[in-house]
Amino acid sequence: MSQAVLEHETAPSARMDLLRFATAGSVDDGKSTLIGRLLYDTKTIFADQLEAVEAASASRGDEYTNLALLTDGLRAEREQGITIDVAYRYFATPKRKFIIADTPGHIQYTRNMVTGASTADLALILVDARKGLVEQSRRHAFLTSLLRVPHLVLCINKMDLVDWDKAVYDKIADEFTSFAAKLEIGDLTIIPVSALNGDNIASRSENSPWYDGPSLLHHLEHVHIASDRNLVDVRFPVQYVIRPQSTTVTDYRGYAGQVASGVLKPGDEVMVLPSGMTSTIAGIDTADGPVDEAFPPMSVTVRLNDEIDISRGDMICRPHNAPAVAQDVEAMVCWMDESAPLRVGAKYAIKHTTRSARTVVRGLQYRLDVNTLHRDEQADGLQLNEIGRVRLRTTVPLLADEYRRNRTTGGFILVDEGTNRTVGAGMIIEAQ
Amino acid sequence: MTQTKPYRVSHLDALEAESIFVMREVMAEFERPVLLFSGGKDSIVMLRLAEKAFAPARIPFPVMHVDTGHNFAEVLEYRDQRVATLGLNLVVASVQEAIDSGHVRELPDGTRNRIQTPVLLAAVEKYRFDALFGGARRDEEKARAKERMFSFRDEFGQWDPKNQRPELWALYNGRHHPGESIRVFPLSNWTELDVWHYIAKERIPLPSIYYAHDREVVERNGMFYAVNEFIRLRDGETSEVRRVRYRTVGDASQTAAVLSEADTVEKVIDEVAATRITERGATRGDDKVSEAAMEDRKREGYF
Repeated sequence: MSQAVLEHETAPSARMDLLRFATAGSVDDGKSTLIGRLLYDTKTIFADQLEAVEAASASRGDEYTNLALLTDGLRAEREQGITIDVAYRYFATPKRKFIIADTPGHIQYTRNMVTGASTADLALILVDARKGLVEQSRRHAFLTSLLRVPHLVLCINKMDLVDWDKAVYDKIADEFTSFAAKLEIGDLTIIPVSALNGDNIASRSENSPWYDGPSLLHHLEHVHIASDRNLVDVRFPVQYVIRPQSTTVTDYRGYAGQVASGVLKPGDEVMVLPSGMTSTIAGIDTADGPVDEAFPPMSVTVRLNDEIDISRGDMICRPHNAPAVAQDVEAMVCWMDESAPLRVGAKYAIKHTTRSARTVVRGLQYRLDVNTLHRDEQADGLQLNEIGRVRLRTTVPLLADEYRRNRTTGGFILVDEGTNRTVGAGMIIEAQ
Repeated sequence: MTQTKPYRVSHLDALEAESIFVMREVMAEFERPVLLFSGGKDSIVMLRLAEKAFAPARIPFPVMHVDTGHNFAEVLEYRDQRVATLGLNLVVASVQEAIDSGHVRELPDGTRNRIQTPVLLAAVEKYRFDALFGGARRDEEKARAKERMFSFRDEFGQWDPKNQRPELWALYNGRHHPGESIRVFPLSNWTELDVWHYIAKERIPLPSIYYAHDREVVERNGMFYAVNEFIRLRDGETSEVRRVRYRTVGDASQTAAVLSEADTVEKVIDEVAATRITERGATRGDDKVSEAAMEDRKREGYF
């Protein structure tokens, strides 16, 4: 196995930050190999795992250690040679800890890519340099934009098989850039790599002197994600009310939750939805003591100066910056259930922030072809992996923002009330 | 307004916030949660997170130990002390009692990992627990890499990897019918090193066997097993006193120690960061049975 020159220290420290990224690629474009390479080059792979993979490669007759085998998980998958679900992988460098949501690329797995992308700071899409952009590459770029993943990296893989020809890279990069311009993609980086040989993965390769960008790992370590958080709109969904039944702590009433966006400080004037009552923040508590401010993604407990009736599912915000209090919602919905399609008139359970309700599908404006972006306005339902613009009416108001402005207060899931399965993922376009 | 503060969040703070969020979700949405507490380091960290999630209130659910009867004395002592300090209700699901009453049968090889599962499921049924917090991490093992934060189990406690609920954003779906339950893994996104960094940061005391100490051990397949009432020397084997520590604490008849000089948490972190073998690969005889050993046990209802 070839050894990439490692330009990084390998012992992670306790002072790193966290980057979550989702990977997507089509069949055989080397995604598993790329992930295996990242794990290998950051020394995340352990000796016993490598031994197992070397043995498995040898028995398969592979000419090289097949790093793809590192990420093949379940026996069910090995037997069928497929990946059936999102798998999570972890590695770290001294700068960052990384969580990879590894999503299979096959056409029917839109569901998995949407799932992986929902929590991702960055999406990594692979294409095979010999094949160029395929239908799935466009679909992956579209889903990245739909899910508002702030950063996108396109890895043009297998550059060794096109002799590191700059013209091949330029052609794919140009084509992808002009396609991406039609989507809302904030930040795009394109890197020529060979996952198999480790070129431009952990360090810059000598095979691409014409490429003056970063290696993949360098980019992952340095891409600026702190500003991706919304620190402007105060949104604090109340998760749980803490009221100790104790003789030592009396009269304590705290609203526990995770800050969705904005910065909260003691003394701030706040409004509680849906009641619209206002108060001021008396204190922000954690088990380690009170804090001067709370911001995403902190889990804290907020105390208010006035006694207001507040329960789970309510939202603390600012009087002049509040989400919509809405029972009518327009949203893009990705359907995730194979047993039954989304139908107009059907009722589902809906979970939005910490609020649960019921909802009825009032209308389906169109179904979107995720490959051509064509809108089919004649569609009467959404099958598994289909995406469409849907109008919902909910039993109680949602405290909602547009998904494009706030991924936490703009996303929801639909649950089948009979099977209890999660059947749909929604991104709010408009709430009123 | 200019932004001068970085509002920096370290990876440990982010992981802690996520785990606390998950625990509060469970408390808000379930009737009878329970936290599986073995006295192992992952369940110890999970218990600390539970303390933090509900402070200044007490931890609002009981803890349960599925007791194989093959215990390290130091760990049992730690368990009882911790439970007493936090004022918790401890449920012990005893494998020995289940064997004595004929509910499960001892395996020919005397190992009890596999027969823990029916004992766990019987306790879930008896106490009607609907959410079980487990300390499993996705970095531990291949099958666990595909596990959800909220893992649905049918009325037989079974995990079906092909029929898992998609998990989007932080919107966890805990809905279930009576008799079904959800396993919840708040440490899903933590790695072994994250756990140790957190133990150092929070100064969490651990059972002494996690740190280097002298112990009489016997070497088998490159693993060092303590010689005690559960592991006796076989013909031709000799024991020796070595300096060891435990990386995982499971059934005492199945868990091996590693050679180590690390007698403080900082030294353990240095060792873990430099180590080249996975924690289960180094210390767990039970995972060496086959490549899919964990997958099979999880399907049967194992943690």
